[in-house]
Amino acid sequence: MAIVKTERHPELAPPVSQTGVIGWVRENLFSSWLNSVLTVVSIYVIWQAASGIVSWAFINANFIGETKADCTGSGACWVFIKARFGQNMYGFYPEPERWRVNLGYILGAVGLFLVLSDYVKSKKWPGIFLFVIYPVLCYFLFYGGFGLEVIETSQWGGLFLTLVLASVSIFVALPLGVLLALGRRSEMPVIRMLCVGFIELVRAVPLISVLFMASVMLPLFLPEGQNFDKLVRALVGMSLFSAAYMAEVVRGGLQAIPKGQMEAANSLGLGYWKSMGLIILPQALKISIPSIVNTFIGLFKDTTLVLIIGLLDLLSIVKGGTTDKNWLGLATEGYVFVAAVFWVFCFSMSRYSIWLENKLHTGHKR
Amino acid sequence: MKKASLLAVATAATFMAGAASAATLDDVKAKGFIQCGVTTGLAGFASPNDQGVWEGFDVDFCRAMSAAVFGNPDKVKYTPTTAKERFTALQSGEIDVLARNTTWTMSRDVNLGFEFIGVNYYDGQGFMVKKSLGVSSAKELSGARVCLQSGTTTELNLADYFAANDMKYDSVLFDTADEVREAYIKDTCDVYTTDQSGLYAQRSVISDPENHVVLPEVISKEPLGPLVRHGDNAWGDIARWTLNAMINAEEMGITSGNVDSMMSSKNPAVGRLLGASGDLGAQLNLDAKWAYNIVKSVGNYGEVFEKHLGAATPLKITRGLNALWSTGGILYAAPAR
Repeated sequence: MAIVKTERHPELAPPVSQTGVIGWVRENLFSSWLNSVLTVVSIYVIWQAASGIVSWAFINANFIGETKADCTGSGACWVFIKARFGQNMYGFYPEPERWRVNLGYILGAVGLFLVLSDYVKSKKWPGIFLFVIYPVLCYFLFYGGFGLEVIETSQWGGLFLTLVLASVSIFVALPLGVLLALGRRSEMPVIRMLCVGFIELVRAVPLISVLFMASVMLPLFLPEGQNFDKLVRALVGMSLFSAAYMAEVVRGGLQAIPKGQMEAANSLGLGYWKSMGLIILPQALKISIPSIVNTFIGLFKDTTLVLIIGLLDLLSIVKGGTTDKNWLGLATEGYVFVAAVFWVFCFSMSRYSIWLENKLHTGHKR
Repeated sequence: MKKASLLAVATAATFMAGAASAATLDDVKAKGFIQCGVTTGLAGFASPNDQGVWEGFDVDFCRAMSAAVFGNPDKVKYTPTTAKERFTALQSGEIDVLARNTTWTMSRDVNLGFEFIGVNYYDGQGFMVKKSLGVSSAKELSGARVCLQSGTTTELNLADYFAANDMKYDSVLFDTADEVREAYIKDTCDVYTTDQSGLYAQRSVISDPENHVVLPEVISKEPLGPLVRHGDNAWGDIARWTLNAMINAEEMGITSGNVDSMMSSKNPAVGRLLGASGDLGAQLNLDAKWAYNIVKSVGNYGEVFEKHLGAATPLKITRGLNALWSTGGILYAAPAR
């Protein structure tokens, strides 16, 4: 009697050494003796670094209390950040009025969500709200007017000021940058030369000197006692500066669009603005998304440079706090906190840009 | 938002242009507050407290001026200024007075067009050593390794001092004050040198401040004082006599606690200063009780010093040069009469 197996042998699970955690570890960490050595060394190095940081920042850290005297543990003194949290977030904005800033944040978040997310199809009204109504609303909300108490910009500070600086600059820089980029490619010589001149001049000087000019030189040219608001001066400087960078980023996108696109638009009977708005710019801006967001992230971090003109943004207000004689010697905690806040914002921007790239990806992905 | 505020500023500028700035005192009285330039943060001199209120030795000078002008020390708005833009802020009229631990030098006084109204803190470069070193005078520092911040006049002063005393040293340079302190703690060097007020601030941060000592020698002159614009002498007088009143009050033993009873003092000088007799206030175009208000609401020089810099604070700065002339220092205010 021949032994013939009539039914199929049941499929066995792959060997343990090939799957799951063990398989992954074998495959990725210990595939050769060199890799094994590197893995062990790396784990040791990471452990050395991380254990110190974790025990400083969490295990031995002090979270409870009101004053520096409550920081008895050997680790970080987060009490310092907690005690001055309001100041770090809003600067000297009076406490009873801080709801105005929060309301501004909420409205901005709602507007951004409506414009940026996928859930709302029509972008017309959200766009009008965010780019036309919201800025005006914010001006009155933050500064005052219409029955709201006027809060001088010298009272603004902390994260609030950082966000104002960054969002106003971004808000102005993008459209202005697009216009400058179009102007630079224009066939009208005067416009082209003006745009090239502006872009090259602004890009050729460091931001810090632009801020210095705005803050130190400008007042000397004005009659004594006549002054622009310090914040407005910084805002104008930063916006123009980032517009010049934005112009070059957008121009890069425009260069990448084949000439045929413009010709096709023309042959459909579209004029300059229509072909730009409907055909060229949507493609060019899509290509430039990574660079645009890159510029935004750079700009967001550059806002800390206002430190040198005495505006108390997040970094400088935390720095000022470390000189309070009741909190001396806590500079490390302050800087770590600032770094964490900046990381959250910049990382969110970069994640959004990746999401947007994937969403708009229409076939010529490289 | 930007467009709107730009518009507002442009409109305001158009309307205000031509309104030439009159006497600073009138301007200040009209707007109802003094705009005072301070640092963006220097321990003991000016920094925002947990409630966001500016506090410190320089801040109290501004408050004293406010008390003299308005009878209320809190009618001050503070403009945090950096070392680089502080003079422009004063020149352009953005601030009315600058109380920002600024060293009084000839070129600043003459060339930049400012008027230093006196010295409210005599600073100078000093040395800090560990007590275990057993040194009690800078003259014993020959052969020492000295930690300091690079690119400052500190470096030049140090070289001059050691050369003049025929001593040798090795300098160890760092970029920031924090790095210098860490190096000093880790025994990279024996001596830490910078301005004495800075040494005290750094010492308060070290975990064992009691084991470190600031040597008595001061090897450079850094007279720090408030300043105003050239050309408005009436305003300068108010600033100068605010400071003098605080120093004179300490000399006469008038404190914020006893100022009310001192009003009826038999000493005629006290009566003149506090406005019980004479017309000193009117001469300044101020209330007769201008000095009373300063001492009552802010305190005399010694009180302010102890409150922000003295032994009860983490800085623990001794009076040293900043003691009254009658007690071994060099504070000497002209008499108020």
